[in-house]
Amino acid sequence: MTQISQLPGAPLLEVSHVMKNYDGTRPALDDISFSIGKGEFVAVIGPSGAGKSTLLRCINRMIDVSDGEVRFEGVSVSQLNRRDLKKVRSKIGMIFQHYNLVERLTVIENVLHGRLGSKSTLSGALGRYSRDEKRQAMELISMLGLAEHVYQRCDRLSGGQKQRVGIARALVQDPKVILCDEPIASLDPNASKVIMEQLKRFSNEMHISLIVNLHQVDVALRYSDRILGVNKGRIVFDGRPSELSPERIAEIYGTELSAPRVRYAS
Amino acid sequence: MPADIFAKRRNDRLLFFGALAALTAGSIFITNYDPVAGFTSIGKAFVWGASNFYPNARALTKLPDIALKLRDTILMSVAATTVAAIFALMLAMVGSRTTRINAVFGAIARAIASVLRNIPLVAWAMILMLAFSQSQLTGFLALFFGSLGFLTRAFIETIDEVSIHAVEALQATGASHTSIILQAVLPSSLPQMISWLLFMIDTNIRDATLVGLLTGTGVGFSFDVYYKSFHFHEASLVVLMIVITIICIEMMSNYIRRIIL
Repeated sequence: MTQISQLPGAPLLEVSHVMKNYDGTRPALDDISFSIGKGEFVAVIGPSGAGKSTLLRCINRMIDVSDGEVRFEGVSVSQLNRRDLKKVRSKIGMIFQHYNLVERLTVIENVLHGRLGSKSTLSGALGRYSRDEKRQAMELISMLGLAEHVYQRCDRLSGGQKQRVGIARALVQDPKVILCDEPIASLDPNASKVIMEQLKRFSNEMHISLIVNLHQVDVALRYSDRILGVNKGRIVFDGRPSELSPERIAEIYGTELSAPRVRYAS
Repeated sequence: MPADIFAKRRNDRLLFFGALAALTAGSIFITNYDPVAGFTSIGKAFVWGASNFYPNARALTKLPDIALKLRDTILMSVAATTVAAIFALMLAMVGSRTTRINAVFGAIARAIASVLRNIPLVAWAMILMLAFSQSQLTGFLALFFGSLGFLTRAFIETIDEVSIHAVEALQATGASHTSIILQAVLPSSLPQMISWLLFMIDTNIRDATLVGLLTGTGVGFSFDVYYKSFHFHEASLVVLMIVITIICIEMMSNYIRRIIL
């Protein structure tokens, strides 16, 4: 198991006292605070409806926070105007449970969409990409093992292949962080393993921080450097995988359910 | 108690059919409609149709005239639909939850579409006749407004249904609004929009005939003239040609739809 190799100076991402209220009675996020360093692989676990998705989307302000602050590279994300927000978003990749590709377009076209945030409106709108951008996209596609599908339409691909396109689209942004919202929830065990290993590899090799919402505790234990346990909008656990005892798991998932049986990876 | 649910369902059903029967009986009573005579006259209508309403040799000499009128009607329908589609696309971009710039403009766009759609075509034709009298323009505009309302609604639903996930992904990369529309929304929804457009052309050719009766243009007017001057053979030829045209166009659009979807 890889250990946290470096203790970074200023954290890359700092979430402090974030609250999110929808109209409901209880807040979706309730005083969430944590910070993440460069290259960290953080898994976020917790029951359905705990607020994992909302938490992830508050980081790149796909959802506005009700209170509190998110700082990315020292910049307060909630203060930004539209243009600067786009600039910040271009440094934060995102991958989704349902891949969120333009299914009728080819693999290479979808991957190049990751460049749109760094282009002028005109060349972005017209879909004009530089030779460098195309070369970079091609490299990532072959690194992810999709070389023979470059010009295939995405609706012809399997779920695992689609998710790899999603990863390539995030990586081509050259991101500092990638937010992963249940990346393997729709995949079979084999495809899930491939996806998790590729995420792990890119996190290590390219020093990209990952925040991964997960359903499966054993996957979180096997791949992450650090685990955040979320329940009812609050962080109830923040520590290394080795510190996550069955009792703590039961606490995260609520007491009415017995803790899922897990085998430790190391 | 769970048993009550079944009793409630049965009572609901009885109530529904009771109300329906009362409505039917009431309507028949108020309008003095005789259902027996109504149904028996269907047979007579067929007998009359078979003996009078068919194209004969003399009617066939009018074929070129009718064909010319039919062409006018088809072209006007296509023009009204395609022009409406362009405007509908813009309105849909403003009205769709996925692509709208803000909620107020979105609500306005949807309200416009809703009003346009809920005014029946015949009412459009009558209203517009006040301004433009009986002319091609009246027919064109009647079809245009009706199509604009319908297509805007259809396009909004298409956009929201097909592209919402991809739009989320591109917003997360920091892409601009224009890039998102041109790179994600249009590529995902164009095929389905074209399918709606073809459907609308089908419908409009049918409706244009009816509108022509009112506005005195196209093949609908030819039918009116022949029918009212007791030239039933010619009138039947008009109907036959319209039916053939609509079947051809429907087959064509089904074929195109199969290819693009």
